[in-house]
Amino acid sequence: MSSGNVTDTHTDPYAASDPYAATSRETTEGTVYTVTGGDWDEMVDQTAGDERIVINMGPQHPSTHGVLRLVLELSGETVTDARLVIGYLHTGIEKNCEYRTWTQGVTFVTRMDYLAPLFNETAYCLSTERLLGIEVPERAATIRVLLMEINRIASHLVALATGGMELGALTGMTNGFREREEALHLLEFLTGLRMNHAFIRPGGVVQDLPEGYEDRIRSFVAVMRERLPGFHKLLTGNRIWRQRLEGVGYLPLDGCLALGVTGPILRSAGLAWDLRQVDPYLGYEHYDFEVPTDTAADSFARYLLRVEEMSESLKIIEQALGRLEPGPVMVEDAKIAWPARLSIGADGMGNSLEHVRRIMGQSMESLIHHFKLVTEGFKVPPGQAYVPIESPRGELGAHLVSDGGTRPLRVHFRDPSFVNLQAAPAMAEGGMVSDVIAALASLDPVMGGCDR
Amino acid sequence: MSGDEQKPKPPGTGAGGASGPTGASNASSAGAAAFGPQEIARRDVSGSTAGRAREGMFGIQGSGDTSGFGGLRLPGYAPAPAERPYGGWFDEVADEAAEALADDNGAGGAPFDLCVQQITVDRGEMTWYVDREHLVRLARTLRDDPALRFEFCSGVSGVDYGEGVPQQLHVVIHLLSMTYRRRLRLEIALDLDDARCPSLVEVYPTADWHERETWDMFGVVFEGHPSLTRILMPDDWNGHPQLKSYPLGGIPVEYHDAEIPPPDQRRAYT
Repeated sequence: MSSGNVTDTHTDPYAASDPYAATSRETTEGTVYTVTGGDWDEMVDQTAGDERIVINMGPQHPSTHGVLRLVLELSGETVTDARLVIGYLHTGIEKNCEYRTWTQGVTFVTRMDYLAPLFNETAYCLSTERLLGIEVPERAATIRVLLMEINRIASHLVALATGGMELGALTGMTNGFREREEALHLLEFLTGLRMNHAFIRPGGVVQDLPEGYEDRIRSFVAVMRERLPGFHKLLTGNRIWRQRLEGVGYLPLDGCLALGVTGPILRSAGLAWDLRQVDPYLGYEHYDFEVPTDTAADSFARYLLRVEEMSESLKIIEQALGRLEPGPVMVEDAKIAWPARLSIGADGMGNSLEHVRRIMGQSMESLIHHFKLVTEGFKVPPGQAYVPIESPRGELGAHLVSDGGTRPLRVHFRDPSFVNLQAAPAMAEGGMVSDVIAALASLDPVMGGCDR
Repeated sequence: MSGDEQKPKPPGTGAGGASGPTGASNASSAGAAAFGPQEIARRDVSGSTAGRAREGMFGIQGSGDTSGFGGLRLPGYAPAPAERPYGGWFDEVADEAAEALADDNGAGGAPFDLCVQQITVDRGEMTWYVDREHLVRLARTLRDDPALRFEFCSGVSGVDYGEGVPQQLHVVIHLLSMTYRRRLRLEIALDLDDARCPSLVEVYPTADWHERETWDMFGVVFEGHPSLTRILMPDDWNGHPQLKSYPLGGIPVEYHDAEIPPPDQRRAYT
């Protein structure tokens, strides 16, 4: 928008005819340039007589949830056509995995859906383990469940926080990220990293939980129990929040099934479809928890479901703590188990000196296994496996193909962000531009997972 | 899917060095290129080979190996056809599908054993190797038949089994029946130079983006797709990156007294 005190000091002869040329003015701080797009009134004048306006949103718009680009066709402020353009975060992770050993693949897939890294790792490892025909020890399975549920809380908190930010509920954003920080601190204590853990490996987990884990987890649960109701106080009853979300982004059950939508969006349409209960893995059938559902099928229902799911995750975390029995955290098979015995040394984390002494000086077998597993990797019998798990966003499936070698022939992730985003036009068309943001936020897409 | 004659090569398949030479063994399955509704014939099933043959150890050759391991020969893996009874609900689904396909046989459709070339049960998962010309009808039957109800398509993707494998390009479709809580994999084997497959979008709208990704990554042309454009790569990209013949890329990394080659040029022990 042009204002009166802007003086055009450009000497460029083309500047006058260029509506996008930057203007500049002198201030006490020096020259200040104003760079804008076209003036809205001018644009309306130029398009006079043409009812239809196509605007481009993204890929760097703060409320498109990462590098997602929306092409919206508008009639006034109503969206008549919405098209999504993805691929801006395509990093070729699937291709890269074909050039690494099965164990190294974990460090790649953990970076796909970066808000739910432990789910990527688990799906990948469960699929690898099905190909290998092995079962992880009880303690490893329970640790995986424990970590995934902490991760689910962290991921849902980001969904609430960014969703709040996009709708202008900034306290929702600060609270959400504050709570998420608790979860990330805990994950850092348990696995060594806040994100991209690479903690879950084919055959189990890389090492046992550190000393004092139980107290830390219990205090985390206590803190979350105290703070989660805060979201109800802050947002659930908030009239603006409700008016922005209720009836927005409606997608009924038949639409969900046709478009392949899963996770909280499917459950907000009334189907209690949660793979943890309908197709249990890692012993989820032994845990007592509810699958919250709703029938409103709108953005507000999805918000409520996410808050409720976090409480259910807390229940699972407590039960998992009760189920943790001492035992191995990696399969016994020395042909598969990564030989590392990590410890904190003077120079950071590495193999413990005792372990190094043993493999270098005492046990020829250990040395051979260590060398072979690190350089060559283990062989996986040929075939294919597809293992789906319930990530915070829905069905996360890992389709792995082996040709019998030490590297995967194909790694494909069916990422829920990718599939759920297809439903965005169905949710957004016919609504207002501002509702596109609310509908997208309720999808909670993570572009790292979508584009891989 | 209309063509009874060879369609022109899809654009982009040959660009950017993406399409590797197809193995000489492809000639054996050239008869499979016939692709039209009028031909109902059993195609060569040997195309379901899924893996390359191996020899020696560690992928090293010409090292003067005297251990004898260099003489090892391992044939390519081919998933074995399952035999009755398949076990669990697998028999029921196969029977129901056969029945449902026979019921609408009046419309000129092929019976079950022509639609499904091979059934494999491996690691608790069932795979049907499907003849592509019957794919849409089979999928519609699987979705609509009250005893099957595969109402949900988890995804469509591709696998490239690499040079020298007959019908090296596979399209993999994962179906889910939420009613009966069953999962089924459909697989279509294709030749690299005839990578065409009917689109499932009319049956499962969710296949839209999946098929675009498979086209983008593997160059499989899904016939009947509403707008088969690239989705992950830029629109003007050459080649299909997930093909085995497409290079990974990368540069050597230099250290003091050492240089690590890019990942695709490092020694592989497979």
